[in-house]
Amino acid sequence: MAAITAVAGRGLPLRGADLDTDRIMPARFLRAVTFEGLEHHLFEDDRAADPAHPFSDPRYRGATVLVVNRNFGCGSSREHAPQGLARYGIKAIVGESFSEIFLGNSSVLGMPCLTASPESIDALQSLLEREPQIVIDVRVDTGVVTAGDLHVQAQMPPGMRDAFLTDQWNPTAMLLDRYEQVRAVATSLPYISGFQE
Amino acid sequence: MHTLFHKVWNAHAVRTLASGQTQLFVGLHLVHEVTSPQAFDMVRQHGWRVPYPERTFATVDHIVPTSSQKRPFIDLTAEQMTSALEGNCREFGITLYAPGGDGGDNQGIVHVIGPELGLTQPGMTIACGDSHTSTHGALGAIAFGIGTSQVRDVLASQCLALDPLKVRRIEVTGRLRPGVFAKDVILTIIRRLGVNGGVGFAYEYAGPTIEGMTIDERMTICNMSIEGGARAGYVNPDDTTFAFLEGRRFAPQGAAFGRAVEWWRQIASDAGATYDDVVTIDASAIEPTVTWGINPGQSVGIHESIAANADPEALAFMGFSGGAPVEGTRIDVAFIGSCTNGRLSDLEEAAKVVRGRRVASHVQALVVPGSQAVRRAAEARGLDEIFTKAGFEWRGAGCSMCLAMNPDKLEGQQVCASSSNRNFKGRQGSPTGRTLLMSPAMVAAAAVAGEVVDVREMLEEVPA
Ligand code: SF4
Repeated sequence: MAAITAVAGRGLPLRGADLDTDRIMPARFLRAVTFEGLEHHLFEDDRAADPAHPFSDPRYRGATVLVVNRNFGCGSSREHAPQGLARYGIKAIVGESFSEIFLGNSSVLGMPCLTASPESIDALQSLLEREPQIVIDVRVDTGVVTAGDLHVQAQMPPGMRDAFLTDQWNPTAMLLDRYEQVRAVATSLPYISGFQE
Repeated sequence: MHTLFHKVWNAHAVRTLASGQTQLFVGLHLVHEVTSPQAFDMVRQHGWRVPYPERTFATVDHIVPTSSQKRPFIDLTAEQMTSALEGNCREFGITLYAPGGDGGDNQGIVHVIGPELGLTQPGMTIACGDSHTSTHGALGAIAFGIGTSQVRDVLASQCLALDPLKVRRIEVTGRLRPGVFAKDVILTIIRRLGVNGGVGFAYEYAGPTIEGMTIDERMTICNMSIEGGARAGYVNPDDTTFAFLEGRRFAPQGAAFGRAVEWWRQIASDAGATYDDVVTIDASAIEPTVTWGINPGQSVGIHESIAANADPEALAFMGFSGGAPVEGTRIDVAFIGSCTNGRLSDLEEAAKVVRGRRVASHVQALVVPGSQAVRRAAEARGLDEIFTKAGFEWRGAGCSMCLAMNPDKLEGQQVCASSSNRNFKGRQGSPTGRTLLMSPAMVAAAAVAGEVVDVREMLEEVPA
């Protein structure tokens, strides 16, 4: 693990509200005991229905910053959707809003999700559609997203931002630290002992 | 003056982490075959132990076949995923309910068996790698759906790192009219507050209508909290809750049960608790409700037309036009089941409609009980016979066509009347398949009529 203060790379504009986890990763690809290969099935059904889908568009190949609209990643808590995106090479997502579970799942994979106004997102997406080669710079610390002359202010929950900046975005190690405190809480809960006196 | 959410949160908070999140102890962890294998792998790779194996219970539901549950399953992937879970549970000392194993007759959808076995109790924090974990809130628990990395965290530490939620009280008043069910109430709530209206909130469902509901009905409501964007949903525990739990396998027994009730009572929200938001819903105005679109907020009352300016993408996908009714839509498949509406009372309501009638000849209809216990109880009441006589398929327990990870799938553009919780594009296994969410009684009525109808008409007329 390492602190994540910024992500820079080419962008991929993906328009549409409420893109749910089943569309990001159709459930039939969850029939496996590993996450390997999921990156090949991102938006598979949407891509089949629309040959011009941005994830099929060679101009966006190698992009690392995904730009999305409202309520991205709603639906399932299954981590296969963000896993697929991370394995594809996406390193940050900028969008109007995200479902909470998706946001949490993405951040523990080290893939920050930042929110910005609909106008800003539209401006970013339009720019990427005009100039697919342009590099987007996403600052996790300041929230500023820059692409060419365009500067957009984006947000992130402060706790999550600090976790990225201080290399604490993967919480397991912290949760295992000072374990006697966990034991003390468990002992204080009456149901743990089955309500024995 | 606190809400149940805050009391439960505070009782389980271990400390504030450097990230600003709260480290929260998880009282009950439920595991299934789809979201756990990678989590177990990560625990193994790091050489971690599972400190509280007795607080985790596992079952198989998402991928298991429901046509036959004989082991080895005919579906090799399902067999592989089930045996992977068996191996993981054995290695880490976790109890597993799977066909062919010890206690296999307790197998079922994870959100059905938790309450059924008395594992789910008021005042607990519950986590499961499945977004509909909110279901368990019906018993006054705070229950979170989590991702696989968090499943790993809970296995390794019995804790989660979470941000606290705000609490919105949803006060439901007024009597439900006959033929109107808990499913219609939650579809109405989601329609009114929006599919992301609940982001950042836990929903506390309250008011006389909710207080008058059975635990099964409360589970249907809490189950779909996540469809409204809320991370958790709950109902304060009351006498209905305690009566439901008494005598269940993992509920406290004897004198301990009395002590538990005392604790459960005081964990409920205080009368003067303050809420971040309060919303009131009049249940007496609710009609049988059907979704017409591609998210659970896109619904209408059965006699209502779709808005003329409705979302064009949803209309195009579903083949509806703005201003048109959903009533009268021809269906191809009828699915009764899922963690929303696959419990005994749901099957009973559907059977009332089906009794003495026949499924329309062009409809494939299936009933998938939420658990093996539900299936046994239904069979003891003769419901299986009512359904099969009418032309329904009577299946084993599992998620089945709710998410179509097993062979139960829609084909092409088939239209499915479904008692499940999600109508997302492709949810039921065909990328172009179309889902209409409704109550199990409405699904039964649609199966018989071959099209979407008002179930109340069938409840009134007595079949010959
Ligand atoms: S029945 Fe459907 S919603 Fe419920 S756990 Fe299974 S797949 Fe998820």
